[in-house]
Amino acid sequence: MAASLARTALLPTYRCLSRINVSPARFMSFSRCLEARWFTKEHEWVNIEGQKGTVGISNYAQEKLGEIVYVEMPEVGATVESDDVVGCLESVKAASDVMSPCGGTVSEINEELKSDPSLINSSPLDKGWLYKLDLAEDVKTDELMDAEAYDEFCQNH
Amino acid sequence: MRLVRAGTRNLFTILQTLGVTPASKRLLSQNADLKRTALYDFHLSQGAKMVPFAGWEMPVQYKSGISEEHLHVREHVGIFDVSHMLQTRVVGKDRKAFMESMVVTDIEGLKDNQGTLTVFTNDQGGILDDLIINNTDKDFLYVVSNAGCADTDLAHMKANEAKFQESGKDVKLSVIDTSLVAVQGPGMVSVLQPGLDFDLKTLPFMTTTEGKVFGVEGCRITRCGYTGEDGVEISVPHSGAEKVLTSLLSSSQDSVKMIGLGARDSLRLEAGLCLYGNDIDATTTPIEGNLTWLVSKSRRPKLDFPGAQIIVDQIKNKPSKRRVGFVSSGAPIRGHAKIFSEDGSELIGETTSGCPSPSLKMNVSMGYVKTPFSKNGTKVKIEVRKKMIDAEVSKMPFVPSKYYILK
Repeated sequence: MAASLARTALLPTYRCLSRINVSPARFMSFSRCLEARWFTKEHEWVNIEGQKGTVGISNYAQEKLGEIVYVEMPEVGATVESDDVVGCLESVKAASDVMSPCGGTVSEINEELKSDPSLINSSPLDKGWLYKLDLAEDVKTDELMDAEAYDEFCQNH
Repeated sequence: MRLVRAGTRNLFTILQTLGVTPASKRLLSQNADLKRTALYDFHLSQGAKMVPFAGWEMPVQYKSGISEEHLHVREHVGIFDVSHMLQTRVVGKDRKAFMESMVVTDIEGLKDNQGTLTVFTNDQGGILDDLIINNTDKDFLYVVSNAGCADTDLAHMKANEAKFQESGKDVKLSVIDTSLVAVQGPGMVSVLQPGLDFDLKTLPFMTTTEGKVFGVEGCRITRCGYTGEDGVEISVPHSGAEKVLTSLLSSSQDSVKMIGLGARDSLRLEAGLCLYGNDIDATTTPIEGNLTWLVSKSRRPKLDFPGAQIIVDQIKNKPSKRRVGFVSSGAPIRGHAKIFSEDGSELIGETTSGCPSPSLKMNVSMGYVKTPFSKNGTKVKIEVRKKMIDAEVSKMPFVPSKYYILK
């Protein structure tokens, strides 16, 4: 993680962190600096805005899964931890668990996906979002990657 | 994200399964032992994602993806490289008796150039593999069996060959080293006929002939396939395989695309065809596997094939379980899901394979249920991620077959 921090230290979202010069863990208390999209190694993303998080899967993931024909999502009101299996996406060939990038309480799910799961393919980072979270107090993003680090991750894996 | 079926695997592993291993990784030793077909470079040039399959590096899909490839075969023409399958030539005057000693179907009665699907069985009546035996008019049997069973099939046939030869019988088998490509779909005749030196009207479903294909000599064309569509499999010398494919792909008669193993699986599922190792195996008999029609009437009284007594008893007295198809909506059903009675009180079986059907826009699956639950229309529950899904026993094929059968 240190390496990717160094590589991305010039990005504005990181600049305030590095100036503050605290532990490498980036806590939600710095949320003003953290309004950004983060990716997991499992190819989910979370867009953090204040105490709200919106979760989806990456363009890389949707491309590789192929046309998604069925979506299973968490219940509104469910409490989830990061890495919990919260849903499932199914294409013709494969069924893939969705693992929550962050902990929190599910506040909303994307109802449109029920009738049109292919929105995940056509608009993975926008209209194809899966669910929203009221983020837990202690949400950390230090295990997550920004877009640039994630792209590099995809190149190398 | 991670693959549900394998529990602990994450999306990264699925992506590898789907063939997303970058080129640089392909050079690593993990794939060093994998065999490549003569069309390997051609697949890469067509944008194939290659995956390990039965000891081979095979295309799982090309650029357009599984659903699109699937529908292309249903509407136009698709080409599959199936060179990984085991092709065998059996010669000698006792060749038919030799094959009959291992399989449940009447081979002696096959007409010239006629073929049949059949199964190798063991002494318990379990299925060792499914295969196609063609009785060519050139004094040999042309046998095609599964890539996944190639080693055991060959060992099985060799052991039997030794036994036959020891008892003074005349039989000899050899492996045929050619490429094998399947051309499948409603437009097959229109794209292939211009390249042939014979009329496809004279080659009905499950018959075979030698011929020249787009100038390539020494091909064997067999009207069969694994999609439910009209189609052929062409055994073609390695040196001519690419020429046949490029000729077909550039046809002006219909749209022809390369199709990977992903769509091959969903197509055969819609056609109700078994995948060996999933839907049938050494623990299932042809009767349990709903393949009773393979056990020829002429073979039944003789009890002269492996497991005959068990198999014939099951025909008379019904087996305790049967392979059936299911249709459902909601969460797609895959293999290894538990099947319950409609009220959920009784565990009645397990699914063996399934997928969302690209043609039908519903979910299709197959599996084994206790025989009283095997009637078409029986309502059942199938467990997916701890939820009970409503499903109904359905006749197969799920999508009507379009084989070229002379009336």
